[in-house]
Amino acid sequence: MRVLIPSALRSYTGDRTWVEADGATLAELLSELDHHYPGIRFRMVDEQQRIRRHIRVFCRGRQLPSVDAGLEGADEVLIVQALSGG
Amino acid sequence: MTTKTDGGDAQRRALLVATRKGAWIFHDEGAGQGWRADGPHFLGHVISHLVLDPRDRRTLLAAARTGHLGPTVFRSTDWGKTWQEAERPPAFRPEPGAAGRAVDHVFWLTPAHAAEPDVWYAGTSPQGLFRSEDGGRQWAPFSSINDDPDFRRWMGTVQDGTPDGPKLHSIIIDPRDPGHLYCAMSGGGVHESRDGGASFSPLLDGLDVVEGFDRSDPTFHDPHCIRLCPGNPDRLYQQNHCGIYRLDRPSNRWQHIGASMPAEVGDVGFPMVVHPRDDRTAWVFPMDASSVWPRTSPDGRPAVYRTRDAGDRWQRLDGGLPTEQAWWTVKRQAMCADDRDPVGLVFGTTSGELWASGDEGDSWTCIARHLPEIYAVEFARRDDGVD
Repeated sequence: MRVLIPSALRSYTGDRTWVEADGATLAELLSELDHHYPGIRFRMVDEQQRIRRHIRVFCRGRQLPSVDAGLEGADEVLIVQALSGG
Repeated sequence: MTTKTDGGDAQRRALLVATRKGAWIFHDEGAGQGWRADGPHFLGHVISHLVLDPRDRRTLLAAARTGHLGPTVFRSTDWGKTWQEAERPPAFRPEPGAAGRAVDHVFWLTPAHAAEPDVWYAGTSPQGLFRSEDGGRQWAPFSSINDDPDFRRWMGTVQDGTPDGPKLHSIIIDPRDPGHLYCAMSGGGVHESRDGGASFSPLLDGLDVVEGFDRSDPTFHDPHCIRLCPGNPDRLYQQNHCGIYRLDRPSNRWQHIGASMPAEVGDVGFPMVVHPRDDRTAWVFPMDASSVWPRTSPDGRPAVYRTRDAGDRWQRLDGGLPTEQAWWTVKRQAMCADDRDPVGLVFGTTSGELWASGDEGDSWTCIARHLPEIYAVEFARRDDGVD
């Protein structure tokens, strides 16, 4: 599926805004992303498997609450950086 | 343009500056030519500490995060021309349930003993101690501190720490013994290990705490910065939330040496700087700790204070500094000494200015301004040419 990469993470993707990755869950999708772009997962998900405070992930117009969220049938995932102050 | 130097003393000195919005390397051009700014590196990243490995004089580590992303460590061996991210940044062990801690930022970096090349230590927020054995590429939790129930209780919660998070800092290695370590936690006290970090014990005798609290409980201790004297590793100085202290080993009792500071200035601040050879000389940068704790220069008149007699007396040093309406202060990692004679000093301010002294603090010159809020400054010496 297509994955939208926010600007803060494009240093990992060679400045690509959209990349391809797959997974039945968000956890699987992020693992595949990390395989292709080492280090990118830890910048979004902490060591306790929580999505970081200023990262949001959307699929089919809904925010995904955790890395356990399912992605079956999705063709697009949006990763965005939320407001984090000045 | 790359210029190879003849290895002259001044031309090999550099100043590593970490700020809230990136990092800079200032190169001393020597012969009165001033400092050349190289940066920003990592523009927009929060850089808590930028440190050169004194054992190889080429490996730079930068503790980084951004407002959106998690923490990491970057590494360079070409003075910042290129940076590589750590393959495994510092991270706590997974814990079941909601109480599991996550590193918010790496706050402090310390190269290990000279006999342990490529070994580094890192202190984090929330308080954690980590170690790398491959020059900063892979990091792992170190010692029992991170998971020990007593230490976890002493660390408290995020609410018990400094405004941008409780921190483990002042990781110190005895230059005579790689197995003898110190570290400090804000809050959580000062701790010592004599078994290579396998275990740590509190080192709190003589330290005050805020009135009404139990001074025997590490929870209530807030060391701001601790430094070991290179000229006498048995002597340590500490800037604490409750004053300035000195410890002379083998004694375990800290002596309060800030009592002789002027009453209108007080003896609270963040940084502590020691002389590279003379264990009787040290510097502090006091801040206003009255009423609501403004944490600014007292009366808007910044000054460094220096002792030449191990803390019996303190001398105000404000030559060249603003004489009024200067409301900045200096954070705990943002003041340092070089190894020259006379000693050079630099401090960076919360308002983004760098001030330098070439005469052990007698006079000061502003060498840069309009930088972001400065978190840390470190002197470094390089062996190769200057770019």
